[in-house]
Parts: sequence; C-alpha cells; structure tokens
Amino acid sequence: MSDLTLPKNAAAPKKAQGEFARFVGRFLEDRVAVFGLALISIIVLLALFAPLIAPQNPYDLARVDIMDSRQPPGAKALDGFTMWLGSDGVGRDLLSGILYGLRISLMVGLLSGVIAACLGLMVGLIAAYFGGRIENVIMRIVDLQLSLPSVLIALILVALLGKGVDKIILALVVVQWAYYARTVRGSALVERRKEYVEAARSLGLSHTRTMLRHILPNCLAPVIVIATVQTAHAISLEATLSFLGVGLPQTEPSLGVLISNGFQYMLSGKYWISFFPGVALLLTIVGINLVGDRLRDVLNPRLEK
Amino acid sequence: MLAFIIRRVAQALFVVLAMVIIVFFGTYVVGDPVWMMVPGDATQDQIEQVRREFGFDKPVHVQFLLFVADVLQGEFGRSYVHGGSAIGLILDRMPATLELALVALIFAVVIGLPLGVFAGLKPDHPAARTIMAGSILGFSLPTFWVGLMLIMFFSVMLGWLPATGRGPTTTVLGIETSLLTLKGWQHIALPALNLALLKISLVIRLARSGTREASLQDYVKFARAKGLSPKRIVGVHILKNIMIPIVTVLGLEFGSLVAFSVVTETIFAWPGMGKLLLESIQRLDRPLIVAYVMVVVLLFVTINLIVDILYSALDPRVRLAGKNE
Repeated sequence: MSDLTLPKNAAAPKKAQGEFARFVGRFLEDRVAVFGLALISIIVLLALFAPLIAPQNPYDLARVDIMDSRQPPGAKALDGFTMWLGSDGVGRDLLSGILYGLRISLMVGLLSGVIAACLGLMVGLIAAYFGGRIENVIMRIVDLQLSLPSVLIALILVALLGKGVDKIILALVVVQWAYYARTVRGSALVERRKEYVEAARSLGLSHTRTMLRHILPNCLAPVIVIATVQTAHAISLEATLSFLGVGLPQTEPSLGVLISNGFQYMLSGKYWISFFPGVALLLTIVGINLVGDRLRDVLNPRLEK
Repeated sequence: MLAFIIRRVAQALFVVLAMVIIVFFGTYVVGDPVWMMVPGDATQDQIEQVRREFGFDKPVHVQFLLFVADVLQGEFGRSYVHGGSAIGLILDRMPATLELALVALIFAVVIGLPLGVFAGLKPDHPAARTIMAGSILGFSLPTFWVGLMLIMFFSVMLGWLPATGRGPTTTVLGIETSLLTLKGWQHIALPALNLALLKISLVIRLARSGTREASLQDYVKFARAKGLSPKRIVGVHILKNIMIPIVTVLGLEFGSLVAFSVVTETIFAWPGMGKLLLESIQRLDRPLIVAYVMVVVLLFVTINLIVDILYSALDPRVRLAGKNE
C-alpha cells in the first residue's frame, strides 16, 4: 500500500488513474454484480424518462377513466393502448403508475441518502479528529440510535412529524446518518494518526482543510459500500412506511403507496395491483444490493490478494 | 466485573432517560391533542374541562416532571381513544406480539440452520449456491410485500391458511397462547414466516460462515481422523461451536423482531401491540404511542444489558476493551 520511496507528486495522478481502472476491472469480473449494475441503470433510466415512456400520465385526471379500473394485465384501455400490467382501483394504467412511482421512490431514497451521508461524514470526521468529550458525546448518540431498530425510529418520527415528502426524508436522514458517522469515524481514527496528517498540520493548514481535503478522501471507500446498502434500505423503509399509511401521501404515489392501494383488492384475487409495484421495488433493491456486495469485496483491502 | 456491570447499568438507565426526554418533547410539539378528544361541536367550557382533566393547562416543565413521575410508576395516562390505561392496553396486547416473535425466532433457526450448515459444508454444490442467492434475496425483499404475496399465494390462491387474525387462545400458567390448537398454528404460520424471513437469511449466513470456519479447525480434522461419522461431526462438534454466535445474534435480534412486528401485524391483522401502535399513530393517541415506545425501549435495553453482561462473563476481553477507551 505505502510506497514511500516513490516521488509522490509525480506519480500521484497516474497511479490514481491506474487504481481506478483496476477497481473497475475488478468490479466487472463478477457477472452477478454487472447484472446488478445493469439493472439499476435501466431502472434509473426508466424513472428519468418516465413521462416519455409511460403510455399514460397516471396523474392527469383527463387521461384516466374510472371505467378502466381493476383491469387485468394485458387488457385494452378505453383510450386504445394496452395496459400490460393491468390497472389499479381508479383506472390508472399500472405500468405508468410504476414508472412515475419509481421517480418518487428513487428521489426520496437518494436525497435522504445524500443528506444523511453529508451529515454523518461531517459528524464522524469531527468526532475522530477532535476526540475527547466531543467524540464521547457524538458516539453516545450514535450508539443510542443504532441500538434501536430503524423501523421503530422511523415510525416514531413520522408519528410525531406527520405525512409529507419532506418529513419522510427527514425521518430517513435521522435513521441513516448514524451509520455513516460510525463508519467514517472508524476509518478517520486510523487516518488521523498517519504522517501526512501531521505534515498537513505542520504546514499550517486549518483543521477544516486538513479534515476535508486530506483525511476525508482516504475514508471514502467504506462509505461508498455503506451508501449502497443504506440507499436500498431507505427505499425499502420509505415503501414500508407508505404501505402502512404513515409515509408519503396519496398525492406522492411512490411504489409503497401503489402497493398499499392494491392491498384491499388482494383478497378478491386482483393480485396485480400490489404485485407489480412490489416487483419493481424488489428489482431496485436487489440491483443496489448486488452492486453493494461486490463493492464491499473490491474495496475491502483485507480481501485483496 | 462489578464495576463493569454498574457502568453498563448506568449506560442503560441513560438510554432510557434519553428516550423519556425525546419522547416527551417529541409528542409535546405534535400539537394539541384536545381536538382529538372532544366532539366537533364542543363548547369552550367543555374543551377547557378536558384540558384540565388531562393536565394540558400546566406549563411544559411541570407537565414533563409529572410525566417522569408517572413513567417511574409505570403509568402512562389513559388512552384518548380507548379510554383505558395506556400501559394496560399495551400489556394486554403484548402476549400476542411476543408469541409471534417467538415463533418467528423458532422458524428462523429451524429453517435457517440446516440450510446454512449445508451451504457451509458443500459451498460449491448447486443447491448451496441457490441457498445463498436466496439469502441475498431474503435481505432485499421488502417484508410487507412478502407478507402480501404470502396471503395471495397461501390464502387466496390455494386457500390453505387463514390470512388474518389470531386463532383461539387458551390460558396456560397465566399466559394466553394460541399455540395449543391446530387452528392457532394455522393462524400464526403465515405471519410468523413473514416476520422470520430476514432472520432466516441472517441465520443462513451465520451458520454458513461458522461451518466453513469450523470445518477447517483441528478438532474437526481430529474427529474425522478418529473415524467419527460425518453426522456426528456435524451434529455435535460443528453445531456446538457455531451455535454460540447464532444464539447471541438471535438474542439481540429478538427486540428487532418485536419492532418489525408492527408491519407484519398490520398486514395479517394480528391483534398484537404493533398493530395497536399503528392505529394509535393514525389517531394521534399520544399516551399509547408513548407507552409502546417506552415498553419496547425497556425491552431492548434489558436484552442488550443481559447479552453484554453474559458476554463479559464469558470473555474478559470485552470488559478490558471498555476500560481502555
């Protein structure tokens, strides 16, 4: 790992590039992970271009006809297009509903993940860098939170905050930040004792600069792994809360809301209203987890040959 | 050892205190619960009367101290919706939840352990690969959706098992249980399986890595050299050694099963405290939410405490690590 004899400045850019190529190469060695990556890419593209692909804008009331409601997969809508996945309780084309729902699910998952990651990175870095009482207080809070299951914390939060996109994102951020904080602190504790940090401090760089420009980049590998797992978790948790009726409102129909809407038709055998949004959710989460699994293997220096 | 126990108990009490503060101020800012309790056409006098009756007319810090005093006595006020004692309502529903969590735990071990041990013994066998792929799926599947699919498949399509409710209960040694009748087991099968799903995956992974590690150890090689049957090597020597981490993890996971049962109970209309919590959240029934949270936090803290103390008794390194920090 540490080749101190090399002139650092000259070799750095080339080495970084080589490392990245090696990283990509190692990632692509695993066919399952490539499949996962392809899956996520397709899902993200579908979500991004939903308005162009979807046969119907399911939230344009002029386009939705109540006469189309609860049609089985493959039925023809009154508008003439085929509803490949059937329609829901109020006559919306399910495929279109899923494409639009993916946008909301992904947006909530990613946004909460990014905010939680920034917050957790900052708090974890500060804890590791300054140590002492600050670290003690921060890690106590982190431990307190991680000792309780996330679904419980999220439920209590939405019970207190109420419904709405912003509130769900806030709840998901609160649930996730502690994982990032703990991970970053762990690797930052190791980095802090290294000589380059001492060198940076000796040069008179500020604490902020030392933390952000010198320590942080060296702590990112485990964070990337955590980020994939946590994003999948956040998407799943949002769907769970929405399904329970305490998450997103009907006006923001994520996949969880769609599944929840189909629940009442389940017992009469109209399975597709809940089934297909669930499949979309499952594929998203499986895709992210497959990539995350491979990233963990590739980025873990202990497993390197 | 004593110092360690005292420190851990103090930490546990700190967690409980922190939760009391968070929960109180959290619920305090939610809004005025009086509107939930009075009829729409209530006069100002009636509203004031309700306000006084529940103590909402007092300043915040007084309300908080009263709340702490109540909590210390195990009293969380009366439910706004049901009228009865909040903690009483929760405790009434608790046996159903614990029963569900316990059966889920048993499912996790009974299903997960053999699969995991098999995957560990023959890691390259196609069936082992299928098991491992299945366990990744088990981690990815959203619990609530699996619950729906179980209902669709076993209740609606096949009609084998009931989709909702709990079977008839009988009282044994003061504990109400539905596990003594066939009907009770039919009712609990689907929800327990649903709740167990994540833990099955967990047990498979733990058992697999444990078995792989153990089969390379000298004592297993020695047992083989002695000519013991493979059945005995796996059943006695390997199983004994991999059970320690599995039991520990499952002990810790019991609390999360109770918390996750909120989802399962809602889907399968299982009359436990999780379903009660969700109903209370939807109706802003503050005392019930608070009582539930405190009961579950207490359960968690107790489980963690016991596991920690047992661990430090078994492994002195745990105690010393705490000191060095």
